Amino acid sequence: MKVAFFPGCMVDMIYPEIGIAAVNVLERLGCDVEMPDDQICCGQGLINSGYRKENATVARMIVDAYETSEYDTIVSLTGSCMNAIVNDYPIVFKDDPVYLERTRKLGERFFEFTDFIVNHLGVTDVGASFHHSVTYHKSCHVTRLLGIVEPPLQLLQAVEGLEYREMEHADRCCGFGGTFSFKQPEIAGEVVYEKCRTIIETGADVICGADVPCLMNIKGALSRMRSDGRLDRDIRVMHIAQILDARE
Amino acid sequence: MSILYNTDKTLRERVSDCLEDDFKHNAIRTAQEVFYVKRGELVEEMGDGWQQLRLHSMEVRNHVTENLDYYVKQFATNAEANGCVMHYAPTGDDALWEVLDIFEKHGATYAVKSKSMMTEEVGLNEVLENAGIKITETDCAENILQTAESKPSHIVVPALHFNRDAIADIYREKRGYTGSSVPEEITHFLRKILRDEFMEAEVGIRGCNFAVASTGSVTLVTNEGNGRMVDSFPKVQIVFVGIDRIIPDLEALDTMLALLPRSAVGAKMTAYFSLDSGPRGAGEVDGPEEVHIILMDNGRHTLANSEFKDMLRCMRCGACLNICPVYRHITGHGYGSIYPGPMGIVLTAGLAGYDQIDTMAFACSLCGACAEHCPVGIPIHDLIRQHRMNIVEQGKNHAVEVPIFKGLELFWSNKPIYLAAMKAGRPVMKAIARGEDALDENSVWIPVVKGWTSTRDFDVLSETRFRTWFKEHKKEQAKNGKGGEQ
Repeated sequence: MKVAFFPGCMVDMIYPEIGIAAVNVLERLGCDVEMPDDQICCGQGLINSGYRKENATVARMIVDAYETSEYDTIVSLTGSCMNAIVNDYPIVFKDDPVYLERTRKLGERFFEFTDFIVNHLGVTDVGASFHHSVTYHKSCHVTRLLGIVEPPLQLLQAVEGLEYREMEHADRCCGFGGTFSFKQPEIAGEVVYEKCRTIIETGADVICGADVPCLMNIKGALSRMRSDGRLDRDIRVMHIAQILDARE
Repeated sequence: MSILYNTDKTLRERVSDCLEDDFKHNAIRTAQEVFYVKRGELVEEMGDGWQQLRLHSMEVRNHVTENLDYYVKQFATNAEANGCVMHYAPTGDDALWEVLDIFEKHGATYAVKSKSMMTEEVGLNEVLENAGIKITETDCAENILQTAESKPSHIVVPALHFNRDAIADIYREKRGYTGSSVPEEITHFLRKILRDEFMEAEVGIRGCNFAVASTGSVTLVTNEGNGRMVDSFPKVQIVFVGIDRIIPDLEALDTMLALLPRSAVGAKMTAYFSLDSGPRGAGEVDGPEEVHIILMDNGRHTLANSEFKDMLRCMRCGACLNICPVYRHITGHGYGSIYPGPMGIVLTAGLAGYDQIDTMAFACSLCGACAEHCPVGIPIHDLIRQHRMNIVEQGKNHAVEVPIFKGLELFWSNKPIYLAAMKAGRPVMKAIARGEDALDENSVWIPVVKGWTSTRDFDVLSETRFRTWFKEHKKEQAKNGKGGEQ
């Protein structure tokens, strides 16, 4: 099956290893993965901060890049980026009827990574093995705003050797919220520290998720807690794609 | 306008105060957990029925918003037919003048009041006190706040930030209480002092959860019964009704009452429910002789005709506060509004205006938990973001941030610039991180970056772009004659 891949800008900028793992998984499942080079970012940080018109400039680039892709199916590695394209772009383009129509059509071709594997490819066991205890952050965009609840859990539970440990309030926000993190650092810090405490309480070796921005936030907070003594062990932060690609 | 309080401090200062107050912080978090669990159990018990109720309530409430003038008129006509005196108040000030006129007409100087957000919204207590009128809050929590001269930290349970010891101390200091801090004992004391006030007060002032247009009735949902004393003891009664409290008929009331207590306090119903249709009738033994209804707009028509019209469905249950990951840390006092939390941001910004709210519209991660829990399906986080868009469009954002967002627009829409910035950015970040892979607290001197690194480490840009790897990967595949299929 031929698919176009949308990694999201954080994967391109900071975490290429997540994108590499995802491509490995998709290819192993028989997908021919393509990626237009003229894409950078969905731009959601702009509209979420109130800068709708500025987001439109960024969004046109995404629409142009993926619309021309010959592959019908587009797989998004990050839930929040997909949510931006599917649910926010109609607002971003509210005064641009041409792009509004184009983005609506494009939105129908988008699938979130875990949802694509489980519901489109019909696979839950991707052949991974990961002998560690893992907890999963049910991120707001994947779980609540896209309504993808079961697929990531089904995938994790089929991984050989993986011991799943549910954290308390797994679907509570990690406090990232895009520019909220920078604009209201005191609040965002408090929210993510609480998220980290629930992660730590599970005793899991690994925290994983399907939204890269949350993982960056959680990783940054765990790292700070580790260095200032609030955390006395290493907890790995991984994207679910990295676990599905694992043989350990 | 009395929606906002403690405005001499910035939102950031108020938030810091709240985060440092461990008692308040923990009390709100614990209460939130209790509401969350209790509500969740009841909603689960109803199965699909909950969603059906929500959809029905949305239909009903939208219908009223779309035909607001019709229902305002119908309610007013029927309430008048029941013998109530109607006062239409386009603004809060109009409402206050009407109330002062009623007191003057009766030469009244003493009033009891049950919890009412509309009276808070217009700052009624202060105005009456300045006019020499004594007014006593009779809702336990509101009485605590009035006695302590404190502000509400939650719309449904406003004294959440005081524990039993603090409450006992407040009454010891201000009202001569001599008992212990056992809640029953404090309540008994309060009951005793309030009973005298009920007997003596000339005017009872109350709010209204829902106003039924077809019958001209006003309703009161309470758990303590003091509201019922307010609406039956004093000879003169003043009812504050926001025009967004109106519902068409008793059937709609049934729907709303199934949603309200479950969403507010995680209970199937409250201990007291009053449906009042006019003053005491001939031969009736209790109730007021005169009922004045202040039908107040105070910005609601404007909201009904704006992109925030969904907000008129709100029934002030507080479910969004009880799930909000931000509210649980900063409490109502952080927002500095009588309407805190997610619904509070939408309403406060909508009613008080963007010049008044500091950065409140940005004190939200847009996680959407509020909208998911809202019993009347208000897309609260979308409306918060709509406020942000309006703030930017109206040029009410901070000028200093504009170049940053314009920079991001350029950076994310121009590949050569993006790639150049990536190439230049890594060595700079590496240098700041002193060779490590993440910026730590030593980078808090850098503007913008400090927003993140004051509480979290920030990973340095990777050495290669994912897109670079991907191109190489495809080349490799082409060389090996593999299209990815295995």
